[in-house]
Amino acid sequence: MDKRELLLGDEAVALAALHAGISGAYAYPGTPSTELFEFIERKQEEYGVHALWSANEKVAYEEALGMSYAGKRVIVSMKHVGLNVAADPFMNSGVTGVNGGMVVCVADDPGMHSSQNEQDSRFFAKFCLIPCLEPATQQEAYDMTHRAFELSERFGLPIMLRLVTRLAHSRSDVATLTGRSQNPINKVPRGGQFTLLPSNARVQYERLTRVQTELQAESEKSPCNELVLGSGKSSLGVITSGIAHNYFMEAVGGEPPMPYLQVGQYPIPAAKVRDLVDSVDEILVIEEGYPLIEEALGGLVGVSGKKVRGKLDGSLPRTGELDPAIVAKVMGRQTEQVWKRTIEPLPGRPPALCPGCPHTDTFKALNEAVAGYEQPTITSDIGCYTLGFYPPLNAIETCVDMGASISMASGAAHAGLWPVLCALGDSTFAHSGMTGLLGAAREDVDMTVMILDNGTVAMTGTQKTLATGEELERIVTGLGVDPGHLRVITPLSRHHDENVAIIKEEIEHRGLSVIIARRACIQIKKR
Amino acid sequence: MKYDIVLAGVGGQGILTIAYLLDNLAVRKGLRIKQSEVHGMAQRGGAVYSHMRISDDVIISDLIPDGAADMILSVEPLEVQRYLHLLGPRGVVVSSNQPFINITDYPPEEQVLEALLRLSNALLINAKKIAAASKSPRSQNVAMVGAATPFLPFEAADFVPIIEELFASKGEAVVNSNIQVLENASSIGSFYKELLDGGVANDLAYTLVERIQVGSFAPELADDYAKALAAKPTECKKAISSLDEDVPQERALLDMLKSA
Repeated sequence: MDKRELLLGDEAVALAALHAGISGAYAYPGTPSTELFEFIERKQEEYGVHALWSANEKVAYEEALGMSYAGKRVIVSMKHVGLNVAADPFMNSGVTGVNGGMVVCVADDPGMHSSQNEQDSRFFAKFCLIPCLEPATQQEAYDMTHRAFELSERFGLPIMLRLVTRLAHSRSDVATLTGRSQNPINKVPRGGQFTLLPSNARVQYERLTRVQTELQAESEKSPCNELVLGSGKSSLGVITSGIAHNYFMEAVGGEPPMPYLQVGQYPIPAAKVRDLVDSVDEILVIEEGYPLIEEALGGLVGVSGKKVRGKLDGSLPRTGELDPAIVAKVMGRQTEQVWKRTIEPLPGRPPALCPGCPHTDTFKALNEAVAGYEQPTITSDIGCYTLGFYPPLNAIETCVDMGASISMASGAAHAGLWPVLCALGDSTFAHSGMTGLLGAAREDVDMTVMILDNGTVAMTGTQKTLATGEELERIVTGLGVDPGHLRVITPLSRHHDENVAIIKEEIEHRGLSVIIARRACIQIKKR
Repeated sequence: MKYDIVLAGVGGQGILTIAYLLDNLAVRKGLRIKQSEVHGMAQRGGAVYSHMRISDDVIISDLIPDGAADMILSVEPLEVQRYLHLLGPRGVVVSSNQPFINITDYPPEEQVLEALLRLSNALLINAKKIAAASKSPRSQNVAMVGAATPFLPFEAADFVPIIEELFASKGEAVVNSNIQVLENASSIGSFYKELLDGGVANDLAYTLVERIQVGSFAPELADDYAKALAAKPTECKKAISSLDEDVPQERALLDMLKSA
């Protein structure tokens, strides 16, 4: 142990990756994963690694796979829904396998603090047939990252590291190790491994299924999976995983009086689970996210003669994130509330666009422009501007996934709705909007696309965007949009009337228009 | 030793700076910490909080269990209410008295402050005035750290090197005014604490502290003040209310209260 550093869970993974000798890091910003890449970005010169934000998670994943192909170690990070975007290369990288150690760190957001769902990435690891490591503490996040690189090179597979918001965004002191040097270039020899023609893919898939027995054996003996049976007889046994383990330990004051199994490495260590089940009558599963372990345990028909409790039987809430109070309650150790509110009901304080935000001016103009139409449709997307949903703006009606605003607007227009407008940011456009616009331009869909160009990825903390300013205009016309119907407005209250008129004109143009509303994010201007 | 703090406020009010000061000081003192925070969407003008756990032993959970917090430290008075379930029986509230009104259903300001004064354990701090006194209006969050210091396992002077580090890039003047804000707030916090410990009712203590000039607080006299206020609370409150401007905390004020 070299020294102790104060690190977020995200940063603990990042520092471990640097110490493990990565040559590159790839990512697209997304809460709660953003700080992982940002940490590496700040240290890229010191460690001599490649670190530039990618256009989206799929691109990031493929870039990482290319670096691994060359024999180098690499980390790719994203939020849980980012893995949906990267799902294609991710699933296939299980089949190709990897060369240099490759770790995919996915930060899930149970409770949806800043996300549109709370999908559990452990299912993706299982789906891809690769191991997943799930730390409970910042120290484990650091240590497991080292372990993940070692496993990756030993088994020739990408390894998933699963974080959740409360670990990703919680800081603690971490003991760190001395760094290891980077791998030399050592390219995969020519052959079929990475050329997934059916004939090669069958061979590779066969290999992937064969290695499962070894991965299972590795889980059984992994120090990340700790079974404590104790001596006394107990009717209840507990299975925990990830950060849920902390809430369990907190509830029992650090000394569980019953047998328990802490799962930190998947596939689930079946033999250890069996040992626990054999020694108790009732099993309580406490895991953050979906009931993955609980489902594996009970399956369709349950465990004969045993009671399995958790999220499926209602002992724990099925939705939202766990916390110490919820876990204390299920353990029968809840505390009485001491202090009561002296203001009831307490008004909520939802997030809002910053004072002076350009999006507010854009939405005000947009609202006025569509006010005279009977049934305007305004699709939108993922970014600060999604907050335009809330009163008083009430400006948008959809937010599904990155880039969906344009494609959904196309579909709505195909169906016969009019007028159809959509609003998305410059970075979301670069991430996944361009392909939708390419299609819309080919058939000149009757809709108006508004790109809110604030020059940054604002919601996640003003990271660099790949397409802004004139570059963005060139991309739009390059995709086939008629330059006569590409308009640029400045969203400021003093241009309001002019902006309303331009939006109206483009609505009345019965074909595809793009309006770029360009003004820098107020968070950047402030600096 | 363990000390659990819930930091509360609204996105953009500088909660993460408070966390930074406390985190780094704790680590410098050889203590363990866990501090969870909120990033992303919620930061945009929404309710923001951070759980900050300090201990000389291993800390298990990143989140503070219900009824276990030693302090709610809030830069906004309404936001305190959101986290009271976390506060322990002997816990204390240290809150700014400056409302941040960015919602349409914000209750009347007096009601928000009165609601806090109804809690026997709440200190209401005029962070705006403390920061303004050092011509550093953006340092209200630093003022709140100062006001909380008398309850924490730290001294005000301990923060100096951390403030120097944090504001180094902004120049010596900024460093110095922040140190002054923290020290002024710390003597206010400790005077206030002594009054409450001396049995003075919360709203009376607040009324007095509000009328005293920033920078003139002498916590060592708190005991005498507490006795004077406890002896004739109604008369003292009237006397304080009759003052039309802030006064220094010196003998004259004490004598005035004694003869009220």
